[in-house]
Amino acid sequence: MELLRFSTAGSVDDGKSTLIGRLLYDSKSIFQDQLDALEAYSNQKGYGVVDLALLTDGLRAEREQGITIDVAYRYFATPKRKFIIADTPGHIQYTRNMVTGSSNSNLSLILIDARNGIVEQTNRHSFIASLLNIAHLVVCVNKMDLVGYDENKFNEIVDGYKVLASKLDIKDVTFIPISALNGDNVVDRSTNMSWYNGPTLMYLLEHVHLSSDINHIDGRFPVQYVIRPKEDRYHDYRGYAGRVASGIFRVGDKVMVLPSGFTSTIKSIDSYDKTMEECFAPQSVTIVLNDDIDISRGDMIVRENNVPQSSQDLEMMMCWFGDTPMQPNGRYILRHTTKESKCVIKDIRYRIDVNTYHRNEEEKQIKMNDICRVHVRTQVPIFFDSYRKNRITGSVILIDEATNNTVAAGMIM
Amino acid sequence: MQLYNLDHLRDLEAESIYIIRETAAQFERPALLFSGGKDSIVMSHMARKAFYPAKIPFPCVHIDTGHNFPETIEYRDMWMKEIGANLIVGHVQDSIDTGRVKEEKGPNASRNALQTVTLLDTIAANKFDACMGGARRDEEKARAKERIFSHRDEFGQWDPKNQRPELWMLLNGKKSVGENFRVFPISNWTEMDVWMYIVAENIPIPSIYFSHQREVIDRDGMMLATSDFIIPGPNEMPRKEIVRYRTVGDMTCTGAVFSTASTLQEVIDEISASRTTERGTRSDDKRSEAAMEDRKKAGYF
Repeated sequence: MELLRFSTAGSVDDGKSTLIGRLLYDSKSIFQDQLDALEAYSNQKGYGVVDLALLTDGLRAEREQGITIDVAYRYFATPKRKFIIADTPGHIQYTRNMVTGSSNSNLSLILIDARNGIVEQTNRHSFIASLLNIAHLVVCVNKMDLVGYDENKFNEIVDGYKVLASKLDIKDVTFIPISALNGDNVVDRSTNMSWYNGPTLMYLLEHVHLSSDINHIDGRFPVQYVIRPKEDRYHDYRGYAGRVASGIFRVGDKVMVLPSGFTSTIKSIDSYDKTMEECFAPQSVTIVLNDDIDISRGDMIVRENNVPQSSQDLEMMMCWFGDTPMQPNGRYILRHTTKESKCVIKDIRYRIDVNTYHRNEEEKQIKMNDICRVHVRTQVPIFFDSYRKNRITGSVILIDEATNNTVAAGMIM
Repeated sequence: MQLYNLDHLRDLEAESIYIIRETAAQFERPALLFSGGKDSIVMSHMARKAFYPAKIPFPCVHIDTGHNFPETIEYRDMWMKEIGANLIVGHVQDSIDTGRVKEEKGPNASRNALQTVTLLDTIAANKFDACMGGARRDEEKARAKERIFSHRDEFGQWDPKNQRPELWMLLNGKKSVGENFRVFPISNWTEMDVWMYIVAENIPIPSIYFSHQREVIDRDGMMLATSDFIIPGPNEMPRKEIVRYRTVGDMTCTGAVFSTASTLQEVIDEISASRTTERGTRSDDKRSEAAMEDRKKAGYF
């Protein structure tokens, strides 16, 4: 069974929580005691019906405000697939949560209220999905029941969205007319929209093609931990533990270790109960080399004939998360795979308006939730691929040295 | 053509091993919180895998309420030997004896809340800077929002509104003096994943997960085993039932379920058909709608 990670985004009232509640409910992923707790709460509040949205509104603070305030993860499974939902809030001040929730997703689900059509939030969510290079996009036009299940209304929104998408780097979009409240086209096919012949949302989630989402070409193995058993029988054992970021490594492969540039061949690929002939992303394994080379955490083992770029000067798109604005020429810690380096933000190339996609080259003030392109200079060389090619070796976070907070996410160009 | 696809269990395992290794690499004094329950068993099994052929480079910590099922303690000692881990035990009884906590009174007295103090004291005494726990996000609403590397302030407290963004798998374990982290390597597993993995890896588990006969009473909608700590009240008639446990917790707050499931496959079949979550058998979560959120803020597991 495969695992699909997807994220949801929507405005405050377009029914995102209800949709997730519906997916969980109709796929029978909600247990009786959860329903009992929901019913009790709904009755106490005098809602009349069970509010499915309450299933995903976790924290008490949210219940009081009636909005989702942070990324919440949900789990359900069907006989075909297992799903992890990163449920992210849609309101303005929480762009950072959307970027966070989308970072590990294969698919992004964007909700549009059929009555309102495309709104500013739609632009922003689509931009972020494109920025984070999410392979599949599903646009659910929700609340079709409130527009009389009108086909023209749906087509109008689809056409509008296609114009929007043409300005972005989006590969695969599917449009589905739904009513999360009534369950139309969520799990079960709607009897109210016979004009729609496409898949239901659940069918799409179960069948969207995933294996091509992983880079199996460029062999990249960031070393996480060096394993040196303190037992006599393993006296000479030096294993390099890590998770394959991309590509495939086989016993006997010629490899190069960065930054030293020394070459060797793979002696064995070990996991606890077996030695393996090959390993591939995203497996966690231990690699042993035939030569005694000094390797430590932060180094990268790559295929000799396919090496990543190496530079101290990185151009990247950056989403700012910090409470305090980005400091021009500010110094931060950059974390890239298992490596860390001090860095300085040399230049802000432009700030991008996520609603209009306009690039403002004059704007040098970068605040929380802003997205910009920057030039970052690192203290030591970083071995990277472009984010479009490789999500793992193309992504970084910035950490504020004073507060230790994660203040930015970067995608290397 | 060879397909380079990982089955969902192997995908989850690879992620968890990555997190466990990252914890060992980023922290000076990590520890693994071991309850004797299936989640911490699976986590410790993967810790063994993560560093093989070396030994697990951190100790396992058990907070013993003194009200544990004897089967749990027996299992714990066997399993620690099996995986070759060092065990550190923090006793709630010690916290009571030294006046750090006051024991609850009455028939529903539980040491569950007291564990938090013992846990924080044990962390402080051993200067642990990262404690791995077997919590899963599917268990409970507050847990659904917690990060994998979850920051605790110098009072051991969690601030749900001020969590660090966590992107890709770039985990940020930086901290100031006195602060520490809780790390949740199996955040993305569900109850079913854990069971399927136990089968796939043939991992031994405590006997109370399987069907057995036990003397129980009904209390607050749960079947509690009679013991030195659960004394039947005047209207509570002890009776013998064929039961098993879905979670391993304190005897005072962990309810049994009727079950004849005596093999792993039967347990899985039973869970598949079940209509209640495993936490439905825990009275500590039923005390209020936001019970877990409050306990987590205070520094609970």
